Amino acid sequence: MSTTGGPPPPRQKVVLAERRGARMVRTRVEVQQQTEVGDAMVRGLVRAQLGLALRVALFTVCLLGAVPVLFHLAPGLAAVTVLGIRLPWVLLGVVGYPILLGIAWVYLRLAERNEQDFTDLTDD
Amino acid sequence: MSGSIPVVTVVGLVAAAIATVAIGVYGVRMARTTSDFLVASRSVGPRWNAAAISGEYLSAASFLGVAGLVAKFGADALWYPVGFTAGYLGLLLFVAAPLRRSGAYTVPDFAEFRLGEKWLRTLSMMVVAIICILYLVPQFQGAGLTLNILLGVPDWVGVAVVGVIVVANVVGGGMRSITFVQAFQYWLKLTAVALPALVLTLHFVGDARGVDEPVPPTVTETTTVDVTIDVVVQVAETLPVVATGEIDGRPVAGVFELEPGEHVLGAGTELVLDAGSPVPVVAGAPTDNDTWASPGAGLGASSEHPLFQVYSLMLATFLGTMGLPHVLVRFYTNPDGRAARMTSFVVIGLLGLFYLFPTLLGVFARLYVPQLLITGRSDAAVLLLPGSVLSGWGGQLLAALVASGAIAAFLSTSSGLLVSVAGVLSTDVLRGRVRDFRVAAVLAGVVPLVLALSVTSLDLSRSVGQVFAIAASTLCPLLVLGIWWRGLTAIGAAAGMVVGGFVAGSAALATVLLPVDPSVASGWPTVLSAYPAALSVPLAFVTMIAVSLLTRRRIPRDVGRTFSRMHVPERLGMGRDRELGAFGERGRGPGGSRRSSR
Repeated sequence: MSTTGGPPPPRQKVVLAERRGARMVRTRVEVQQQTEVGDAMVRGLVRAQLGLALRVALFTVCLLGAVPVLFHLAPGLAAVTVLGIRLPWVLLGVVGYPILLGIAWVYLRLAERNEQDFTDLTDD
Repeated sequence: MSGSIPVVTVVGLVAAAIATVAIGVYGVRMARTTSDFLVASRSVGPRWNAAAISGEYLSAASFLGVAGLVAKFGADALWYPVGFTAGYLGLLLFVAAPLRRSGAYTVPDFAEFRLGEKWLRTLSMMVVAIICILYLVPQFQGAGLTLNILLGVPDWVGVAVVGVIVVANVVGGGMRSITFVQAFQYWLKLTAVALPALVLTLHFVGDARGVDEPVPPTVTETTTVDVTIDVVVQVAETLPVVATGEIDGRPVAGVFELEPGEHVLGAGTELVLDAGSPVPVVAGAPTDNDTWASPGAGLGASSEHPLFQVYSLMLATFLGTMGLPHVLVRFYTNPDGRAARMTSFVVIGLLGLFYLFPTLLGVFARLYVPQLLITGRSDAAVLLLPGSVLSGWGGQLLAALVASGAIAAFLSTSSGLLVSVAGVLSTDVLRGRVRDFRVAAVLAGVVPLVLALSVTSLDLSRSVGQVFAIAASTLCPLLVLGIWWRGLTAIGAAAGMVVGGFVAGSAALATVLLPVDPSVASGWPTVLSAYPAALSVPLAFVTMIAVSLLTRRRIPRDVGRTFSRMHVPERLGMGRDRELGAFGERGRGPGGSRRSSR
């Protein structure tokens, strides 16, 4: 508390050069505040992520969905044995799980890459 | 099964029950504030979280049911565990990260966040409550079966005991099943199923008996079978048995020749099969091991349209998992959307590892305890295998381990479900105080308890499959369309849930209330009521989309902001967790500095 009285003069900001990150902040703000540009960017992200999810889902469904039909159409195939175990049991009892895990891993990487692309775009 | 009750098993059961209750009591001290009560700490790594989700997810249906179905239906039944696992891929692809980012931790919460209608929140709350309650029924029935098999007490005793423990535990401790405890439950269940499976594998390798010969399963020694409920069995060739009781409606006492074809065994009948004699199997299931080992035999709804049954089951399990309330709550424990994705990935790995063993046990059950195939209670396979195959202390210890794993499965899944339903009911119907939570827990626990005592028990996994079908036809389209399609409206969402829920729900009711004998059952009605998903899921999606298009003008105006919040990575600072959103102070959601987004 100074005794000279009166409020101190308002602070002034002196800008000597444009900060390097300034544009990044602006793009981020566009996304955050839902401007037209920001909205378009979010739409792009959603479309990319949905496309990815649908492609991975389609691949999985085709892969797994083919199994019952295949064994239905070619019953001989179901009698094939691998290491003494019948093919359907090998496929569904054992191999199916690592395959699901692999698909999940690929999706995980690609989805994160989409997000990274989006973040890079806002940082441009 | 025999008169004497193995002491080790009793010790195992009691230890598992006491551990759960003790954790509940201890958990009360951990959970002080109201929001702690529902959602535990949010700073848990994906590995712990995934183990916790798996621990809560692996219910009686997985622990006991899968092996039973594999023993009974063979290759086609493998789709159950595969589907239970693949459901997490669906969750990962379409729901995990955006749902976490939305900040909603129950489906009703999400419905209100996304579509901004209070009444839709209430509707989804009712759907969640129905799903939880129906899911609890097979858990309780499984408990009744387990205690009946292990201790010889009547079914209702087990149902009542486990029901009361679960309700008391939840009333006492809220979400006391702290992440670490549920994670521990996963490893306990894995050990309890893996160890017997591995020991039996060694035994099997030494035994050198095939499991896929074109002969019926046979008993190796003279076996007495008690039929506890009326059952229809089929026999391939004339089979002499010593029977006391009722066969095909006529009383029998002494040697009886079962002609090829189907026979009704009345409840209370006792059959004595000679060593080496083939075992009659429940009607609708493959009679000889060759058919059993090949796909295409169907999943027990009827001998017709086996492919449809398989595909419908796939749809229900792939899409139903994302609608399970006790699973979704746990996703909120992830710190952000990326961690939520990572968690689902790890869950797929953990479940894949787990399900290897029930499958093995199912195969061994057909070989070593085929008498279960007569009684229709093949869910007991996992419980009976160690004791029947291995003699002495080793077998008894393994049996005790399996028994405690089974009890852990009932207790953890039922507690998780009850916490979810009580949480939803207490915040949405009552006033959300701790007392309301307790009242809701008691109410929500008593209803499935009564149902479990009064309705017919299907195979555990099949009952659970029906609940998956309901979840896949109601909450799944709400979540998927809500997350990915801007055009969804509250009215559309409601219409879709009502239509999908009605179709899948009446199918479940029909299966439980009008149990048809699979040998006379034929045609689409039976198949559809047992496996309705292939019809009800597309119907729900189409209704939701069509009605939303018709009510296009009701699209919420802040949908753009909602979408940004769900899909933009957290580091851009879009979402803010609704820390206090759970109780009372709702509606701090997507408000703040709203801007017209045009």
